[in-house]
Amino acid sequence: MEDTIMNQLKNFTKGLLKENPVFVLLLGMCPTLGVTTSAINGLGMGLATTFVLAMSNIVISLIKNLVPSKIRIPIFIVVIAAFVTVVQLLMEAYVPALYDSLGLFIPLIVVNCIVLGRAEAFASKNGVLSSAVDGLGMGLGFALALTVLGGVRELLGSGKIFDMTLYSPTYGMLAFVLAPGAFIVLGYLIVISKKMIK
Amino acid sequence: MSKKLESNFKNMFLVLFVATAVSALALSMTYNATKEPIALAKEAKQKAAIEEVISGFDELQEQVVTDASGNEIKIFDCLKNGESIGKAVQSYSTSGFSGKIDVMVGFLPDGTITKTVVLAHAETPGLGDKMDVAKSDFPRQFWDKNITALQTNGKVQVKKDGGKIDAITAATISSRAFCDAIDRAWEACNNNNK
Repeated sequence: MEDTIMNQLKNFTKGLLKENPVFVLLLGMCPTLGVTTSAINGLGMGLATTFVLAMSNIVISLIKNLVPSKIRIPIFIVVIAAFVTVVQLLMEAYVPALYDSLGLFIPLIVVNCIVLGRAEAFASKNGVLSSAVDGLGMGLGFALALTVLGGVRELLGSGKIFDMTLYSPTYGMLAFVLAPGAFIVLGYLIVISKKMIK
Repeated sequence: MSKKLESNFKNMFLVLFVATAVSALALSMTYNATKEPIALAKEAKQKAAIEEVISGFDELQEQVVTDASGNEIKIFDCLKNGESIGKAVQSYSTSGFSGKIDVMVGFLPDGTITKTVVLAHAETPGLGDKMDVAKSDFPRQFWDKNITALQTNGKVQVKKDGGKIDAITAATISSRAFCDAIDRAWEACNNNNK
């Protein structure tokens, strides 16, 4: 049943909209609110998480029958932490500028509840292909949400989007770049996405 | 679907051991592969930081001094036409909230701090990371000021400790560490002159 293309497509798109990890499941709020001061930060964090999510889903679905259920959580954490450290090293080496602005949040992907949540709820019960698709969909949904959130905050707060100035930052509302703005924008985006899905 | 392994002691021990061993191997391979690019990126960052704090030099002389606790401090003497126009000092502090803080501090020959650039730190995002000028104006109170004007009894200190520096709200420890790094930079710079 899980092999038909339609099912996989559904599996993929559910992460983008119907079960979007940020707007619908409200998972992973710490990085969501913390890094989204600009669109590029949101995108970078989202893609890093997507990589970790897809890879850890694949590995966990491969080894699910070898893992005794009593120690599944420690095993999942080891797998996830290994991938996070790999991402961290790669980013530090090849995109140092992005690493500087995200660096503190990268290790937090380990404890991001989306990653562990998908490992426990999906990858440990489904096949490799489904798990990979699920990880990609969820990850891209997360990346999409973070990019939109970061874009709105950047636009309202500093008059820029992806670092292109649209209007003078002196008219920007600083509050949107600061923590309260994250909560306000997130609230409105959740309302809008709820309306859209209906 | 085949049956899951039973949760007995032997299975759990073996599986966890293999999982951690494989992860460790993968990590050490990635570490080795990325060691060089990371070092290059750090070097580029260090160079950019020197140019940020002291501009317009055409030659760099690097000196490494070891302080009382045995750690290295790098002093970059910035020369223009053979004359020193200032020093960029890569200082550090270990008294931060979490881990080591690396700061590049620029000094003019008369002891005026030009600028400060935070190279690396692991302070709390949103609180301690305000020592970076991109996040707040906290470091600006050091800029273009003579070090002696900032010191109280020979040390740069936050107001809570009787000094002259306004600490970052809710991050006094990080602010203290930042002052500590500035002090250390100046000390290294001075000792080196003698």
